[in-house]
Amino acid sequence: MDLVQLQRQLVDYRTSLYHEGFLDEQFTQLQSLQDENNPDFVVEVVSLFFEDSERLLNELSKALEQQVIDFKRMDAQVHQLKGSSSSIGAHRVQKLCIVFRNYCEAQNVEGCLKCLQQVKHEYGIIKTKLESMFQLEQQILNAGGSIPV
Amino acid sequence: MDSCNCIEPQWPPDDLLMKYQYISDFFIALAYFSIPLELIYFVKKSAVFPYRWVLVQFGAFIVLCGATHLINLWTFTMHTRTVAMVMTTAKVFTAVVSCATALMLVHIIPDLLSVKTRELFLKNKAAELDREMGLIRTQEETGRHVRMLTHEIRSTLDRHTILKTTLVELGRTLALEECALWMPTRTGLELQLSYTLRQQNPVGYTVPIHLPVINQVFSSSHAVKISPKCPVARIRPAGKYMPGEVVAVRVPLLHLSNFQINDWPELSTKRYALMVLMLPSDSARQWHVHELELVEVVADQVAVALSHAAILEESMRARDLLMEQNVALDLARREAETAIRARNDFLAVMNHEMRTPMHAIIALSSLLQETELTPEQRLMVETILKSSNLLSTLINDVLDLSRLEDGSLQLDLGTFNLFAVFREVLNLIKPIASVKKLHVSLNLAPDLPEYAIGDEKRLMQTILNVVGNAVKFSKEGSISITAFVAKSELLRDSRTPEFFPVPSDNHFYLRVQVKDSGVGISPQDIPKLFTKFAQTQSTATRNSGGSGLGLAICKRYTFSLHLVSISVIVVVHWLQPNLYTGVFDFLAICLMFYLLYYVIRFVNLMEGHIWIESEGLGKGCTAIFMVKLGIPERSNEPKLPFMPKVPTNHGPTAFPGLKVLVMDENGVSRMVTKGLLVRLGCDVTMVSSSEECLRVVSHEHKVVFMDVCVPGMDGYEVAIRINEKFTKRHERPVIVALTGNTDKVTKENCMRVGMDGIILKPVSLDKMRSVLSDLLEHRVLFEAI
Repeated sequence: MDLVQLQRQLVDYRTSLYHEGFLDEQFTQLQSLQDENNPDFVVEVVSLFFEDSERLLNELSKALEQQVIDFKRMDAQVHQLKGSSSSIGAHRVQKLCIVFRNYCEAQNVEGCLKCLQQVKHEYGIIKTKLESMFQLEQQILNAGGSIPV
Repeated sequence: MDSCNCIEPQWPPDDLLMKYQYISDFFIALAYFSIPLELIYFVKKSAVFPYRWVLVQFGAFIVLCGATHLINLWTFTMHTRTVAMVMTTAKVFTAVVSCATALMLVHIIPDLLSVKTRELFLKNKAAELDREMGLIRTQEETGRHVRMLTHEIRSTLDRHTILKTTLVELGRTLALEECALWMPTRTGLELQLSYTLRQQNPVGYTVPIHLPVINQVFSSSHAVKISPKCPVARIRPAGKYMPGEVVAVRVPLLHLSNFQINDWPELSTKRYALMVLMLPSDSARQWHVHELELVEVVADQVAVALSHAAILEESMRARDLLMEQNVALDLARREAETAIRARNDFLAVMNHEMRTPMHAIIALSSLLQETELTPEQRLMVETILKSSNLLSTLINDVLDLSRLEDGSLQLDLGTFNLFAVFREVLNLIKPIASVKKLHVSLNLAPDLPEYAIGDEKRLMQTILNVVGNAVKFSKEGSISITAFVAKSELLRDSRTPEFFPVPSDNHFYLRVQVKDSGVGISPQDIPKLFTKFAQTQSTATRNSGGSGLGLAICKRYTFSLHLVSISVIVVVHWLQPNLYTGVFDFLAICLMFYLLYYVIRFVNLMEGHIWIESEGLGKGCTAIFMVKLGIPERSNEPKLPFMPKVPTNHGPTAFPGLKVLVMDENGVSRMVTKGLLVRLGCDVTMVSSSEECLRVVSHEHKVVFMDVCVPGMDGYEVAIRINEKFTKRHERPVIVALTGNTDKVTKENCMRVGMDGIILKPVSLDKMRSVLSDLLEHRVLFEAI
């Protein structure tokens, strides 16, 4: 595939992510912060997000398996996840976190379990999507082109 | 034998007679001697006897008489000359004394007799005094009875008890056979037997009130004797007795209104009750004056006691009513509070959800602006940006309805181009007006400053809506907008006496007149228009309560109508050729409500005044408003005209080397914020906990950003500690909170701990830039959405 096609593919992919609500304008902000001085800013932030989220999701799963569920701690963790996802613009994940928090406040175990599943699902999707996007970008860079904004 | 002159008397041969004389003389003498002794004895016994010397004289007289008779005893037989001498002497003395006594008695006896009359007189007097004493005693007893009765009557405030007690006590005091009270019925035409002394439950006898005997009693304030045969007195079983005397007295039934403040109660009341008192039959007792007086006094006291009871009843009833009202008010208040809370909750939820898409629109449009665009496209994008800025302001205003209610809405003051504002309004209105074939003209006075300090967006909204309203009311003709600086002699308008604008060196009053040639309003309706829809505020009170039926309606409509109205303006502008007038009419209605509520509020906030003049129906009307604007200083460079700030510099950094400290627990957020700040050229230090923050912070750091909405980590605590650490204000770094919600509680907390500003996440690059520049310029922000 040639460079122009790759670039177009990237642009379309990105637009579709916005359209489908996976990403919001915060992600755009992130991209605007990337420049010659900071070429890998977005990738760094997103990787950090992945690490953080995986850790949090594991802890949440463990917490929900306990006999006595510590809702306060769970709430704090979900809050963290919400913050992270909103910082990078992972829109759907963020919305689910809000719902999750409500369930935590209501101390609704069923709800929490269901929500956790959904969050994991969404997180999986966004992770895959972002990774493919980064791959595309890498391909473009390897082909010698520049990433369209 | 010859009777010789010898002294020796010859005993007559009649011895018996002699003997009897002898004996009588003896006894006479004895009596004569004993009488004075008795006299002396008894007079000594009695204390008072004024004529002692008379006694002496009398005594002497008697003694001498006795002596004479005694000496006479010796003269019956032969006696010597001595005896004769003694006899003579005694007789002589006796004669003298007795004559003297006789003479004296002439004087004495009338005196003695007058003593007797005096005695009689005194006895009469004593009898009279006795009688009077008796009278006084009865009166005093009556008085005591009255006092006791009054005490009994007044010791209770219960009507029934008062009346019953009265009858019982009167019956006892006066020993009555029967005592009855007749009260007027509700209709006032009859008297009904309400209480009696002897009968337990009086069967409702009634008597018409206009009987002559009753009128007689009612017209006199005294107790009146009435015939036992009249209907009111006929309540005891008729018998063969001689009925006792009957007395009737009126009892005025006083109302509260009868008591003047300083006077005695006026007896102008028409309502009386009748009290009838009957003496026992066959007793030949009569009504005494003091008894009648007693009855009258009691009747008056009863009247007063009854009125007191009535007053008490009234006040109890009023108190119960008040309590009920209180309960109802409390309920209403709680309902209102619930409603307000529900609304606030709704608004808080909508807050975030509405801002997010707006951010997206604005952010993407501004980004779009920075790309390569054709001039056409640029125009389109600019319009989108303008409109969405308007809309965004609107949303902010509407969603901050609670802030408006609290009166904490503040104007966004800034320097702006006044002429540009008017031109914008004209541009937005022109298409609509041209469809209606209305000609719109704008006259700006030559002395109007080009730049002014004020809230640009809201001023534009105000002008837009006044003009829009004018357009609505005109079917044809022209609209003229005139703007000029209000001069002081024109400032005092007789139509608006409450409005006293005072121009000063820094401020001027902008007066805008929008004249249309529409249907007009009759001058009488103009004040009604404004009193129904708004309360004119005095310039001193900026926080208005905002009542009025129309205002309530407006409030309900403004939320949705805001968005619809402005959006429709924009759409109409855009879809110029395909105009749908029905939509425009709806728009116009929205505009009208908008005007009346929102604009008035803002005009008030801008310390201005708004009113409508009209010469009458069919003559069009002029809407005039005045707002206070600031005059920018000469040294200030005039800023760019009303357009969103075009971010031209991405490359050159705005704040080289600015040392900033970022505290955020969330790694991702931290990184993003750091990225933003690094982009702006700052030297960023990152910490993830409060202890670390306190350790690291130094006077080199100019700004500290901290996330305060993380549960478990108290950003406020850190702020307090930082404040403590740096005592001198210029050494202290500016503390700014990053948070996801800007509700009142968070703001208050931030202010309380001494933070200088609050920023709503998510933060765009431009926002961060402007925040930093504001902070460093003014050292205070307070809020950036």
